[in-house]
Amino acid sequence: MLQFTPLQRIAIAATIVLGILFAVPNFTPRESWDALPAVVPKTRVTLGLDLQGGSYILLRADTETVLSDRLNNTAGDIRAELRGRNGGDRLNFSDLTIGEDAISLRLESEADAEAAVERLGRLFRPQIAAVSASVREAVVSREGAVVTVTQTPEYRAQTADAAVSASIEAIRNRIDALGTREPTIVRQGIDRIVVEAPGDEDPEGLKEILSRAGRLTFHEHDRTVPIDQALAGRVPPGSKVFEADEAAEPFILLRETPLITGDMVKSASSGLNTDGGGFQINFAFDSVGARRFARYTRENIGRRFAIVLDDQVISAPTIQSAITGGSGRITGNFSPAEAERIAVLIQSGALPAPLQVINQRTIGPGLGADSIRAGTISLVVGFVAVIIFMPLCYGRFGLYADAALIANVMLLAGALSLLGATLTLPGIAGIVLTVGMAVDANVLIFERIREELREGRGAVQAVETGYQKAFSAILDANITTFISAFIMFFLGAGPVRGFAVTLAIGVITSVFTAYVLTRVFAGGFVLKARPKALAL
Amino acid sequence: MLLKLVPENTAVDFVSMRLGAFIGSAIAVVAAIAAFFILGLNFGIDFRGGVTIVARDADPVAIEDVRAAVSDLGFGSPTVQEFGDPQTVKVAIAEQDAEDGAEADDQEAVQQAAAVAIQEALRATLGEDVEFESVEVVGPTVSGELVRAGATAVVIAVAMMLLYIWFRFEWRFSVGAITALVHDVVLTLGVFAVFQIEFGLSIIAAILTIVGYSMNDTVVVFDRIRENLRKYKTKSLGDVVNLSINQTLARTFMTSVTTLLALVPLYLFGGEVLRGFTFAMIWGVIVGTYSSVFVAAPVLIAADPRGAFEPRKPEPAEAGAPA
Repeated sequence: MLQFTPLQRIAIAATIVLGILFAVPNFTPRESWDALPAVVPKTRVTLGLDLQGGSYILLRADTETVLSDRLNNTAGDIRAELRGRNGGDRLNFSDLTIGEDAISLRLESEADAEAAVERLGRLFRPQIAAVSASVREAVVSREGAVVTVTQTPEYRAQTADAAVSASIEAIRNRIDALGTREPTIVRQGIDRIVVEAPGDEDPEGLKEILSRAGRLTFHEHDRTVPIDQALAGRVPPGSKVFEADEAAEPFILLRETPLITGDMVKSASSGLNTDGGGFQINFAFDSVGARRFARYTRENIGRRFAIVLDDQVISAPTIQSAITGGSGRITGNFSPAEAERIAVLIQSGALPAPLQVINQRTIGPGLGADSIRAGTISLVVGFVAVIIFMPLCYGRFGLYADAALIANVMLLAGALSLLGATLTLPGIAGIVLTVGMAVDANVLIFERIREELREGRGAVQAVETGYQKAFSAILDANITTFISAFIMFFLGAGPVRGFAVTLAIGVITSVFTAYVLTRVFAGGFVLKARPKALAL
Repeated sequence: MLLKLVPENTAVDFVSMRLGAFIGSAIAVVAAIAAFFILGLNFGIDFRGGVTIVARDADPVAIEDVRAAVSDLGFGSPTVQEFGDPQTVKVAIAEQDAEDGAEADDQEAVQQAAAVAIQEALRATLGEDVEFESVEVVGPTVSGELVRAGATAVVIAVAMMLLYIWFRFEWRFSVGAITALVHDVVLTLGVFAVFQIEFGLSIIAAILTIVGYSMNDTVVVFDRIRENLRKYKTKSLGDVVNLSINQTLARTFMTSVTTLLALVPLYLFGGEVLRGFTFAMIWGVIVGTYSSVFVAAPVLIAADPRGAFEPRKPEPAEAGAPA
């Protein structure tokens, strides 16, 4: 088994050349390399956020809120139906309770209940014409005079899924609008979203952009009750006390139902306040919004209205004249960044589901650069130490092991580039560890050859038997390491996963280089030179 | 002249040392378990949740001032320590409880608010030009998941090793291998408890690697024991084990040396972030090497795998062939 056919030799050489070819882009300046013809591989290892700096933000979409909002709407539909708003007789009911995924109500008699089941069943029948109504929204059941309307699991799943997808779309718009450098937004599991933004973007600003609901509404001012009385509890029905970010007027009483909502805003941008200091937000309505706004301002000159973002009043101006142009501006004491952020929120629209940051990891570019330096230094020192050590112990065979080790690192780098893997600091540690452990296979083989020599075998036979007998141990040893790496990958939060990937690939490449490549050298040597005694 | 760290043809009687080794290991394991339960592990942010911030200033940081400023925020007693160099400080607080009756979402929001408050306090104490090198916020959802995932991963890894050895060798071998493995994991947890080194997700990765490495060492010794059991049918089990350990001693030792050659520079130059991880690895390599010689093999003698080979007596032709 020391002989290799020419074809085998070519295959082995080709593998290593390919590895080098894929590894090389990582060590060359990007611009000059990218200018080369297309046949040359250009994929590189991506640096993890812990090496290049940046923010990892894990968000959870609160789909429960979305579903309970829907259930509230459904309750409204039920009331309207049974009160005869859609035509049909009025059916009296009481005890309408909204649970987690069901609404129950008591009718006056079982006959009424039966009629209610019939009518509500029709109400929630899937509408074939509607695009999204491929699943039935709810099922209606009756127990005595109590009717229960339950959201179907398919509807809940579909609604939650759509809300998360739409939220991803919304935050993608927001991040794009901010011009953040190449962020990645990935959905994880059912209700999680991972945002990774490289570079030294302000993480607090990023988090705010990601997690603010961004619900913009315009409300009518309620002047019927002075604010201090409203705060004391005398709030007129249909009105609500809103908080404002203003020391002079911290609370303001507004009509709860908005005049205009954010979805009627076509565009928004920030700019320098044209009169007075600070920055302002310019916005333009779509045609529906523009018409409504024009009519309202024409009829209410001299009165106030309020612009509310996420239940917080950001501006409450007095209407000076009818605004018919369909555009307006929000002035206030905004910093440029704040104005920009609000404009992005308005422009991108509200989040369909509230998002909550549940995990944040931000690494500054300084620490990342330190880590790259530290990782590289340790890799080089460890590598050189092993390279020197092997020939000291095994002479000529140590050099073969060194050649295999260098080929191994190249193959590992090539494989990581080819896969477009992300290199993290633990990933570098994985490479270092691979360097230490890759020679293990060679140690096993060489020690075995020594034993065979001691037992009096000739050089060729000792080398041959050494390789043969060491194989089973090499295989076992590497499979156990591979199992660990495999489990680690599935445990995997980001950086640990990077370690698992380099370790697993390192195991595979090291078996190839340590067992196959060194055998080409060692076999070639003993078969050609036919030494009487091996210096090992 | 080649360097030989282990002399040729060693004939150390490891088997007769097994009582001493057993007592030593037993004491170490009991001590490790005691440390684990009495001192507990110093869980890092991954498992405990909360906020960890690393800040770097142009001048050496007055640790006490930072501690005072962060303590004033009322997030319990913060951990404030130098991180790598005097200009860099690491501030950590435990997971904050939301007010009673708060929902899960508020619990997450409280951690976020705490992170912002600490950054403001650091800016106020160290000046506006302080740089935040790292900000980590882990809420209760994620920390709970990581604890479960970490523990599950270690248990699954050990179980899969057990199955693998069982499949490749025979159940009596897996008893020895798993005893060695549990020994290594327990001693690693123990050393982390004794020195109160921060125990995070990366340490779990290190433990999983140790599991693989320790197994690797053990497998090589076992592989040889199996080979010799077939080869020398008349020798006593103790002699076969002794012979096998001695035959593989040079390899066991050399592999540990090359792995340490790579790991020690990583410990020395790899920076603060990797220190705990590398420490665990170095410790694991040393303990793993010890256990494959002094724990796995003696347990194997106690389990007596001889029986497994007896029914297959008529195979002299295969005696010298690889297993």
